[in-house]
Amino acid sequence: MKKEDLPQDPGALAKFTREVCYVKNDDGKYETALSKGWDIKKQALDSAWEEVNERVEDARKAVANGEKSPVYYFMELRLMDLSVLAGYTGFFPFFIKRHFKPSVFKDLSERKLEKYARAFDITVSELKNFKG
Amino acid sequence: MNIDSQTDAFRHVQTAHCENGVTTALLRYHGLDFMTEPLAFGMGSGLFYIQIPFLTVNNGPAISFRTMPGAIFKRTCKSLGVEVTRKKFSNPAAAEAFLDQKVKEGAPVGCQVGVFHLTYFPKEYRFHFNAHNLIVFGEEDGRYLISDPVMEDVTSLSKEELSRVRFAQGPLAPKGHIYFPEKIKPITDDMIRKGVVSGIRRNVRDMLRIPGNFAGVNGIRHTSNHVRKWRDKLGLRKASLYLGQIVRMQEEIGTGGGGFRFLYGAFLEEAAAYLQDDRVANISEDFTKAGDMWRASAIKMAGVYKGRLTEQKDFEEIADMMLDIRLVEKEAFEKLSRLKLGR
Repeated sequence: MKKEDLPQDPGALAKFTREVCYVKNDDGKYETALSKGWDIKKQALDSAWEEVNERVEDARKAVANGEKSPVYYFMELRLMDLSVLAGYTGFFPFFIKRHFKPSVFKDLSERKLEKYARAFDITVSELKNFKG
Repeated sequence: MNIDSQTDAFRHVQTAHCENGVTTALLRYHGLDFMTEPLAFGMGSGLFYIQIPFLTVNNGPAISFRTMPGAIFKRTCKSLGVEVTRKKFSNPAAAEAFLDQKVKEGAPVGCQVGVFHLTYFPKEYRFHFNAHNLIVFGEEDGRYLISDPVMEDVTSLSKEELSRVRFAQGPLAPKGHIYFPEKIKPITDDMIRKGVVSGIRRNVRDMLRIPGNFAGVNGIRHTSNHVRKWRDKLGLRKASLYLGQIVRMQEEIGTGGGGFRFLYGAFLEEAAAYLQDDRVANISEDFTKAGDMWRASAIKMAGVYKGRLTEQKDFEEIADMMLDIRLVEKEAFEKLSRLKLGR
């Protein structure tokens, strides 16, 4: 990539930092240059977030319809999957899957709810009272 | 040279990739002023390609354009005879106490962190990715001074904030991982040359001769074969998300552009100067070409996830582009192999 071809399309990084890229200067030698971003990858990031938002919305509906427990919703909201949530709570994925069931969730002990709440950065009552 | 005798202030270095940056900045702090990001990357045999089987990341394929986390620091230090200390902890309090001790000694240290809770990162970038690296180089008003190599400037984190990211959970959980050079002997040009040569040879081996079909240059063919099937197998929507994931792994902050290929080209340019060997500089051009081709393929993939390209033939074209890239990289590494450097 030549230095003059380095894209400068402001993206999500614009307010944070510019990034170092390796480009060819006029003498055909490598040097570093700072880029504000590139539309191609901005769109890749945007489409990843569209997908995330859709998953969160689906999860919200599932809770509202009584198909899933709030644990499932907050897992999606925090971009987690089973293995990440297992890491933060210390529960095995097998049990977490069970806790996705509203019938199992309503009987969870305060201690377990506490662990989930901490993993999701919310209070226990927010977790318990989430209705979708 | 012993690090206890070091007093000069730590200097922040901005780099494309976090681990290269930490390696470069820490080694420069310890008096290795010749260290640059491309050199650290090349000596650590950083260039790679792998599509990890059966694993998905953020609900997409797990593809990496560089070697495994931690390897660059480890190999670069080792090839220069630099002794390193690395520690992991099960207890956050112990991890913090150890860090505070190092800060009190005035020694900058590298820390592995997760980015999800990293407060100074923009929200859009905060996924559960646990192999980010930064340097803690001091403390002021109860906050750690942080040099994050991907940022233009230094920043700071509170004790709670740093502890949280050092104990992020999930795949590649950092477990408070902390590392720093311990003892540094005087380094001669000959040692640098040897490090460069062994870095290149190890990279040739990794890319050309690694067993299995999902890593090295053959890994590119592996992904290419998958791309052909994604549209039928997963549906257009999911297939386009998968392509978006490839582009993010390849072009996002930390790669230097073109999936690290430009960075490797820059390394070979520096290597040619150290080795006084123009043949190496010529091969640098091949990696520039590969990087440009990766970027061209990203533009094509963007057409799919933007919804402009929807046909199977578009997926076929992308797959063919990847096969072409494979050939260019294979040829380049074979040329490097044929130089028989260091024999």
